[in-house]
Amino acid sequence: MTQLDRRPSDDRQAPALPADLDARSLARWTWRQLTSMRTALVLLLLLALAAIPGSVIPQEDIDSLAVAQWRDNHPRLAPIWDRLDLFAVYGSVWFSAIYILLMVSLVGCIVPRLFVYARAIGARPPRAPRHLSRLPDSTSYTTDEAPDVVLARAEKVVRRRHFRVERAEGADAVAAERGYLREAGNLVFHFAVIVVLVGVATGSLFGYKGGVILLNGDDYGFSNNLTQYDDFAPGSLFDPAVMEPFTFTITDFDVEWMTEGRRAGQARKFVAHLDYKTDKDAPTQQYDLKVNHPLSIGDTDIFLIGHGYAPVITIRDGEGNVTKSGPAVFLPTNGQTFESFGVIKAPFAEPTQIGLEGTFYPTFQLGRDADGNLSMPSSAFGNAIDPLVSLQVWTGDIGVDDGSASSVYVLDKARATRLTKADGQPFRMDLRPGETVTLPDDLGSVTFEGLERWNKIQISRTPGKLVALGGMVVALLGLLGSLFVRPRRLWVRARRQDDGTTLVEVARLDRSSGSDPESGRAELAGIVAGLQINQQRSKEEDRS
Amino acid sequence: MTDAQWETLSNQGVAAAGVVYFLALLAYAVQWAALRDVPVRQSVAAGGGGTIVDDADDQDVAPRTEMAGRLGVLLVGIGALAHFIALLGRGMAADPNRVPWGNMYEFTLSGTFVVVALFLATTNRWRLAWLGPIVVGFVLCVLLADVLWLYEPVAPLTEALESYWLVIHVVSAVIATGAFTLGGITSLLYLLKARSTKEKGYLARLPELPALDRISYRMHAFGFPVWTFGVLISGPIWAHQAWSSYWNWDPKEVWAFITWVVYAAYLHARATAGWRGRNAAILALVGVATLWFNFIGINFFSTTSRHSYADGVGEERSVVLRLAGPVEATEEVRVVVGAHRPGT
Ligand code: HEM
Repeated sequence: MTQLDRRPSDDRQAPALPADLDARSLARWTWRQLTSMRTALVLLLLLALAAIPGSVIPQEDIDSLAVAQWRDNHPRLAPIWDRLDLFAVYGSVWFSAIYILLMVSLVGCIVPRLFVYARAIGARPPRAPRHLSRLPDSTSYTTDEAPDVVLARAEKVVRRRHFRVERAEGADAVAAERGYLREAGNLVFHFAVIVVLVGVATGSLFGYKGGVILLNGDDYGFSNNLTQYDDFAPGSLFDPAVMEPFTFTITDFDVEWMTEGRRAGQARKFVAHLDYKTDKDAPTQQYDLKVNHPLSIGDTDIFLIGHGYAPVITIRDGEGNVTKSGPAVFLPTNGQTFESFGVIKAPFAEPTQIGLEGTFYPTFQLGRDADGNLSMPSSAFGNAIDPLVSLQVWTGDIGVDDGSASSVYVLDKARATRLTKADGQPFRMDLRPGETVTLPDDLGSVTFEGLERWNKIQISRTPGKLVALGGMVVALLGLLGSLFVRPRRLWVRARRQDDGTTLVEVARLDRSSGSDPESGRAELAGIVAGLQINQQRSKEEDRS
Repeated sequence: MTDAQWETLSNQGVAAAGVVYFLALLAYAVQWAALRDVPVRQSVAAGGGGTIVDDADDQDVAPRTEMAGRLGVLLVGIGALAHFIALLGRGMAADPNRVPWGNMYEFTLSGTFVVVALFLATTNRWRLAWLGPIVVGFVLCVLLADVLWLYEPVAPLTEALESYWLVIHVVSAVIATGAFTLGGITSLLYLLKARSTKEKGYLARLPELPALDRISYRMHAFGFPVWTFGVLISGPIWAHQAWSSYWNWDPKEVWAFITWVVYAAYLHARATAGWRGRNAAILALVGVATLWFNFIGINFFSTTSRHSYADGVGEERSVVLRLAGPVEATEEVRVVVGAHRPGT
């Protein structure tokens, strides 16, 4: 490699370990080592490698149930995995260590290059090497024009090709250079990578993501504060004070069920019609919340991500009092047929607490087994065409007395007893809307009043997302410059020879990796042709 | 035309493309068989261009091989046309009309088309005629596997896929996949040629190592920004709209990121002393492996990826919601909110 085609990157080779190991030279050596190209390369590969476990082992913040299952299945490995942070790879110390080292290396790498670049911007194209014909792209011709004439024209021709041109006083050659934007693009790209990381970090430190299941209808509303969320995952520096004070209700929910075609049975065109206020005192506005079309309020985005049914159930206790009445959210266990599972608790029922647990079928059907006998009930369709709720009853202590918070979706059966029929089989009731079943033993009755719907709404605040996006776009632009701008140098030398003619040598040096020799040769030929065509022209001008 | 007719046309297009590609392969076979015993003249090959026939100055061989080679390229072109019609038919057959990359079958159909199209676009300019047999053979095998194992009838997209960001996201992923695949092929040839000492035959007739390396680099230099745009810009934008957060460390995303990092390492390798050439080519192959693993492996093996299209329904994904009554309760219930959970 000649001195001339050194690139900034070539300066960043890892130096050898210094012989005299005093602290300063050791520190310098370490720093040079860390910011060398080879280290960057190794760190990149390490980052790729370190990302793999998280795609294989279930991750706590992505699928915590899968993690729980995995723990159950691998009781011995789980503690080890825990110690290695393998259930939370992307927040783990070792993963962070790799990308932080990479960033340090990156800063250490681009800052010095910035200075080098700044100097290069102001610098003149380097002098022509002594032996132009030794460069890979070079050519020559003889002419009887004077060297000065040739060089003056060369300046013009090369400048027209957007080269920066330099002809030193008294020199026998013109030096030219172009393609400075490659290094600029490369610096911009690497700098923007840091910006992206800052944006992403901002989002994960200061942002939050939460979800809520909200019943449809004006009777139910959501106001944006911590207590209203069903699940909430804040960043570690999240401050609840930044939460926008909006409120909304889902006035109505539309969905279109496909009844024919290959995707029959699926739903589409989900629209949740929202009435929202950005503030307590703000006017009410409307928005049609759809998949792929979140509503943005301030820095917060609101997404529609799910829907389901809530049968309205009334429980009268043994004393004839309505002890529980209202919609109960049933959670789909099948995303296609919307067969759903749910629990209804009546802790204040007398003489004993009542808990109901069972399945809701939007379109009830009985399957048939191999012999054609009616068998397992199921849901034929997600739309509520023939809704039926099938419930079993638990009495005794259903565990909501002691004040401990328990999930509304789970029935604590540890101290409860299942109601049975005379033959010992579990007592089960199948209700269609409007129907009432009286419980045995004078325990009361259960009525299926009707059906409501709910939506799962996801709400997130991700500060810095535009920083990350902007950074990424700038990175891409820089990358394009870095990959496709070809920095190159060019020299034209003209020297009077002994026989009185002038020898013109033209040489070109491509400094980019992966440049195409064809186009290089073409450029060279173009310049030579430019020199000669102009020679013709000036001769003609002389004659006229 | 009705949707059913479009679908039939699409299937016929795939069949026709397969047949024509096969014929192209035969033409190439004739060409290379004729060249098999002709020694390569060093001086010409050193020029770096992909010269197949110029140096075969044997009077009998040259015209015949040249004809066969031309015929090969022509047939690839015709096959590409049929291939394109197959894609068009897929899109037109759906109601509403849509882009033809809604499932693995279609993605593979589009990806192989991009490989062929890129090859045709660059073959003259970069003198890639020698790449023809490999490209056609590869595409033919992949198409065959696609039809045999991945075929799915036309179906409308699920709701979450109806977004123009999907179009942009997937089209860039497909294009980059095509470019990286070609780059992988040339890198593999680089490694094979680097080990080969033969003076005759296919490897000997490839461009010299520096030229091969340069061609690989240019394929990657084209693919990398496109991949960057697809995976790190349009993907996150779409994910943000559909899933409420722009990056979820979903297995598919993780592997797309891994691919990106490996290719960044490849580009670095080319600028690092001691890593040029062989090591860079190996990294390019690692990159292609991660790319295809992501496409095939994750779809079939991952149970958690929301991007899976492997199961017929595709978009029915289970998610865990940490559902609670009033605030604190943390019981976890597995719920399928599937029906309109997006899934690429
Ligand atoms: C997050 C980490 C990094 C990423 C994603 C990254 C990515 C890239 C990419 C894609 C290129 C190709 C552009 C081209 O070929 O012109 C490149 C080039 C380069 N990178 Fe990095 N890089 C990273 C870190 C670093 C670090 C730490 C260093 C310093 C040692 C570094 C130094 C360079 C240099 C000098 C080039 C130019 C190579 C050339 O002249 O062709 N990069 N980088």
